[in-house]
Amino acid sequence: MAFQSYKQDENMEAAGKMTTLLRLFSYLLAYKAEIILVLFIMGICVAITLINPLIIETAIDTYIASSDIEGLIRLAVFGVFINVIFIILVKIRMFLMAKISNTVLLEIRNELYTHIQTLDFHFFDSRPTGKILARIIGDVNSLKDVLSNSVTTLIPDFITICSVVGIMIWKHPILALASLSSLPFMILGIWFIQTFSHKRWQIHRKKSSNLNAFVHEDLSGIKIIKSFAAENETLDSFQSLAKQHRDSFMAAVRLNDGFSIIEICEGIGKMMLYLIAIQIIGIDKVSIGTLVSFGLYLTMFWDPISNLSNFYNQIITNIAGAERIFEILDTKPEIFDEKNVGTLPPIRGEVVFQHVSFSYDDNTKVLHDISFHIHAGETIAFVGATGAGKTTIVNLISRFYDIQDGTVTVDGFDIKKVSIESLRSQMGIMTQDNFLFSGTVKDNIRYGKLNATDEEIIEAAKAVHAHEFIMKLENGYDTELKERGGGLSIGQKQLLAFARTMVSQPKILILDEATSSIDTQTELLVQKGIESLLKGRTSFIIAHRLSTIQKADRIFVINHGIIEEQGSHEELLKKQGAYYKLTMAQFL
Amino acid sequence: MKKLSTYIFENKFLYLIGIVAMIFGVSLDMLSPQLTKRIIDDVVMDGKMELLTRYLIGILMIGIGRFLFQYIKEYFFDFVSSKISRTIRTDLFHHIQSLSMDFFDHNNTGELMARIKDDVDHIWNALNYIGMLIIEVILHTSTILICMFKLHAKLALLPAIIIPFAGILAIIMERKLDKIYGEISDENTLLNKVAEENLAGVRTVKAFAREKYEINKFFSHNKHYYDLNMQQSQVFVRYYPLFQFITKLLPILTILLGGFFVIDDSMTIGDLSAFTQYSTNIVWPMEMIGWLANDFSSALASNKKLKEIYRHTPSIKPPKHPIPIKKVYGNIKFEHISFSSMRGNPSQKKEKIPILKDISFQIDAGKTLGIMGATGSGKTSIIHLLERFYEADHGTIFLDDNDIRTLSLKDLRKNIAVVMQDVFLFSDTIAENIVLGKKSETKLETVKESAYKAQASDFIERMEEGYDTVIGERGVGLSGGQKQRISLARALAKKAPILVLDDSTSALDMETEKEIQKTLQTLSNTTKIIIAHRISSVRHADEIIILTNGEITERGTHETLMAKKGYYYQTYLSQYGEPKLQEEAYGISIL
Repeated sequence: MAFQSYKQDENMEAAGKMTTLLRLFSYLLAYKAEIILVLFIMGICVAITLINPLIIETAIDTYIASSDIEGLIRLAVFGVFINVIFIILVKIRMFLMAKISNTVLLEIRNELYTHIQTLDFHFFDSRPTGKILARIIGDVNSLKDVLSNSVTTLIPDFITICSVVGIMIWKHPILALASLSSLPFMILGIWFIQTFSHKRWQIHRKKSSNLNAFVHEDLSGIKIIKSFAAENETLDSFQSLAKQHRDSFMAAVRLNDGFSIIEICEGIGKMMLYLIAIQIIGIDKVSIGTLVSFGLYLTMFWDPISNLSNFYNQIITNIAGAERIFEILDTKPEIFDEKNVGTLPPIRGEVVFQHVSFSYDDNTKVLHDISFHIHAGETIAFVGATGAGKTTIVNLISRFYDIQDGTVTVDGFDIKKVSIESLRSQMGIMTQDNFLFSGTVKDNIRYGKLNATDEEIIEAAKAVHAHEFIMKLENGYDTELKERGGGLSIGQKQLLAFARTMVSQPKILILDEATSSIDTQTELLVQKGIESLLKGRTSFIIAHRLSTIQKADRIFVINHGIIEEQGSHEELLKKQGAYYKLTMAQFL
Repeated sequence: MKKLSTYIFENKFLYLIGIVAMIFGVSLDMLSPQLTKRIIDDVVMDGKMELLTRYLIGILMIGIGRFLFQYIKEYFFDFVSSKISRTIRTDLFHHIQSLSMDFFDHNNTGELMARIKDDVDHIWNALNYIGMLIIEVILHTSTILICMFKLHAKLALLPAIIIPFAGILAIIMERKLDKIYGEISDENTLLNKVAEENLAGVRTVKAFAREKYEINKFFSHNKHYYDLNMQQSQVFVRYYPLFQFITKLLPILTILLGGFFVIDDSMTIGDLSAFTQYSTNIVWPMEMIGWLANDFSSALASNKKLKEIYRHTPSIKPPKHPIPIKKVYGNIKFEHISFSSMRGNPSQKKEKIPILKDISFQIDAGKTLGIMGATGSGKTSIIHLLERFYEADHGTIFLDDNDIRTLSLKDLRKNIAVVMQDVFLFSDTIAENIVLGKKSETKLETVKESAYKAQASDFIERMEEGYDTVIGERGVGLSGGQKQRISLARALAKKAPILVLDDSTSALDMETEKEIQKTLQTLSNTTKIIIAHRISSVRHADEIIILTNGEITERGTHETLMAKKGYYYQTYLSQYGEPKLQEEAYGISIL
C-alpha cells in the first residue's frame, strides 16, 4: 500500500466544476418551498426599494412645491411605515437563508462523516489523519457563503441583468449592442482567470491540508520531538509548509484579483455607447433623454454583473472544498456488507481458514495458502518473527481486510456472507494500538458494551486486575482520561483496553500483543482472572513472552506468510525445530 | 503574544500602498459622473464635437485606472494579510511547541489544531477585507458628510446625528456576537477533537463495530455547532435590518426636514434633491458596517482564544545562564528523588499523588541499568525526570556532576537518546524518521548503520524504495516489532552518550531481541538504561533495580537478585518456569 506523507499533495480526481456545483446546489433543492418564499420576499423588498425614490419625488414635486406641510408629514409617515415592513421582511428572509445554509452544512458534514465511518483501513492508513480532518471541518465550512449567496445573489441578480438587457434592447437595439459590446471580453477574461485559478485553488486547499496534517502529527508526537530536541527542525518544516500555504494562496489570488477587469469592460461599454450614439448615429437621431437613461441602465447592468462576478469568484475559491468532500463521498468502501447479507447468529467459535492467500497491495503476498481448523473453545498462539504475518491472520478473522483467495468461515458461515457488525460484535479484538478515548475510565470500558451496568464494568476491571490501579486514580472509575489515555502507562492502558474487551463478552477473543507491556506478575493474575470468563471461548493470542504462549492448546509458528510448525509447547520443543530455536533465544 | 496592532504596524507600508490605491480608486469613482456630464453638456448640447475623442479616451482611462487601482488595492491587502496571518500562525506554533509536557497533558491535539488553523483564519479574514472595507466605509462616509455640510450645514446635522447610531448599534451587536463567536470557536475545536479521536482510533472503532455510536456522538456535536451558528444568525438577524432601517429612514427624514427648510425658504429645491441623492449614497457604507461588525467579532473572539494559549508559559524553566557542556560522558546520578503529580478536577482540592519516593542510584559512564517493576510503578517517570519533561519535587539529578537544572534543555536532551514505549513515527520516509533531530548532520551511512544495529536493515532494504519508503502516520503498515526497531534505529542514529530503552523491545520476537541485546553490549561507551518486563532484556545489566509503588525494593545483579528469591526471582519463575524443568526441555544449562 502506498502511504502519503504530510508534505505530499493529495492526488485528486475531481469531477468537473459544473458537476460539482450542480451537486452542491442539489442540496438546496430540499428547501424549494423556503427558497421560493425567500425569492418572493426579495421581490417585495425590491419593490419597496423602488417606491422609496417615488416618495422623495412626490414629496419634492407635490408637497414641498405647494408648501403642504401636513401632506409632507403624512407622506413621511407612510414612508416610515413601508420601511418598517421592509425590515420585517428582511428579517424573515435572512433568518430563512441562515437556516437553510446552516442546515445544508449540517447535512453535508453528517453525510460525509457517516460515509467515512463505512470506509475501510485502506482509506485511513494511506493518508494522514490531519488531511481527512481538514475535509470534515475546513472544507465543509468553506461552503457556507457559497450556499447562502447562491440564493440571494445568483437568482435576483440574474433576473435584474436580464430585465435591464431586455429594456435596453426594447428601447434602442443598436445602442444596446454598443453598450454591451465589451461583454464578450469580460466573459473571455473571466473564463481565462477561472480556468487557471481553479487549479491554483485546488493546490491551495491541498497545501492547507498538508499544514493540517503536519500540525496533527507534530502535536501527537510532541514528546518524541522534545526528547530529540527537534523543535527547531519541526519549526522549519512548519515554516516551509506555512510558506507553501501562503504562496499558493497568493498564486491563486493574484489571478482572482484580476476580476476587477470588469471595470475596464464597463469603461469600454460606456465609451462605445457615446461613440456610437454621437459619431455614428448622430446626435439629432438620439434624444438626450435616451442617452442619459442608457447611461443609467449601464450602471444598473454592471452593478449586478459585479455582484455576480464576486459570487463567481467565491465559487471558484471554494469549489475546491466541495470537490474534496464529494471525492470522499464517492470513495466506495472495499469492505462492505453485500446486499441481502445475513446476520451471523450467536456463535460457538469455530474458525476455519481454507487456502487463504492475501496481499495488502495486490503485489507482494503476505500470506500464502494458509489452512487451519480451530475448534470452538481452543486457545491458539501465533509466534514468529516480527513481520511474519501474525497480525495479518487475526485481521482477516475479523474481516478488517478481504482475502484474495480462499475462504474464512466462522461456525461454518463464510464471513463475507454475514454482516460485518454481527461478526465483529461477537469478537473481542485487542489490537497492538489500544486506543482510549478522552472521557471517563468507566465510559472507556463501557465502549465494549454500551448498555453495561456499573457492576459489569467493575467486574470486568476486577477480572483483568485493572480495578486496583483504577481505584488509585483520583476519581476512581469517574476519572477523566486524557486523549489516547495520556497520563497512564502503556501497561495500564492495556489493562483498561482488556477490561473494555472483556465487558463485551466476546465469543472469539483476539489478543494481538495485548499484554506485552504488562509485567509478568500482573499478567499471570490477568490470565487467572479471565479464565472463568473465557471458559469455552476461542482465543487467538499473539505474544513474544514464553509465559504467555506456552499454555496455549496449539502454537502456530508463522514464517514468511506460511505456517511452519504447529503443536503444543511440549510437542514443539520435542521437535527441536523452529519453535525450539525461537524460544531458546531467551535463555542465552 | 504580540498584539494584533503590532503585527499590523510592522507592515504599515504595505497597508499604505493598498490604502493609497483605494483612495485613488474612490477619486476616479467621483470623476466618472463629471465626464458623462461634460459629454452631455459640451458635446451634445454645445456641439463641440472635437472634444468627444478626448472625453471618450478619458472614460476609457478611468476604466483602466479603476482596474489598476482596484487590482493593486486587493492584491496588497491579500498580500499583507496573508503575510501577517502566516507570521501569527508560525508564532503560535512556535509558542505551543515551546510549552512543557504538562500543557499537552491537558490540551487535546484536535483542539489545538483548530486553534492553529481555524482561529488564525478568522483573524486573517479580519486583516484582509474587513480592514480594507472599514477604511473604505470611513472614507466614503466622511466624503459624503463633507459634501452634505457644504450643501446645507443645518440639514447635515441630521445625518451627523443618525450615522453615529449605526456605530453604536455595531458596537452593541459586536458585544453580543463576541460571546457567541467564542462559543462557536470552542465548539469548532470540540468538533475537530471528536473527529480527530475517531480517525485516530479507527481501529478500535471498527474492532468493536461502534460506527453507529461514533456517528451519533459526532451528530450531537455537529447539531450543537449548528445551534450556535443559528444563535449567531438570530443576533445578526435582530440587528442587521436596523442598519438597513437607518439607511431607508435617512432620505425620508431628510426630505421631511429639508421640506420644512425649503418651505421656510432657507434652502432651494435643487439643493434638497442633491442632498437626498447624497443620503442614498450613504446606504452602502451603513449596511456594510453591519457585516463588518459581524466578521470583526468573529476575529476578535478567535484572537481571545489565541491569547488564552499565550497565557501559558513553559512550566519547566531553563536556566538563565546554562552551564555550557562540551563533552558528556554519561555518568548519571539520582539523589533522593521524589516526584508526585497533582491530581484532581479544577473544582476539587488538588491532591498530591506520590509517584516516586526517595529514588537514588548511580550509573557510571558506559554501564547498564535495568529497571523492572509492576505496571504503573513509576519506571517511565524516572525517564521523564531525566529528560526534564517534569520537575522532581525533591532531590537532584546529575549528569556528569552537573545538576540537570543548570543545563540548557537542548544540551540535556541532545545527549539522551530515548526509545519510548509509545512508538511514534511520522508519515515520512524511513530515513527522515531515523534522522529526527539531527537532519542536517546525519549521513545516510549513519542511518544505514543504525538500522543495521537495530536489526531493521533487513526488512527496510526488502522494501521497494528502501530507506525512502514513506510510512503511514504513526507507522501504520508496519508491524509492532518493525516500528520498535525503527525507533531504536532513530535513537542509535542520535549517537548520544546515554541510551534509554523504555519497554521498547516488547513486540520483538525472542531471536531478534537477542540480537539487539548483543548489539547493545558492544556500545561500551554508551550509558544504557533498559526498562523491560522480560528477564532476558535486563539480565546482563550491571545493576537491576525493582520498583514497587515508586520505591526501590530490590537492587543488584541478575545473580544476586536470583539468590534473593524476591520479585525478580518470582518473575523469572513465571517467565521461564522451574529452571530444572527448562534445562531438561531445552537440554542446556540455564543458571
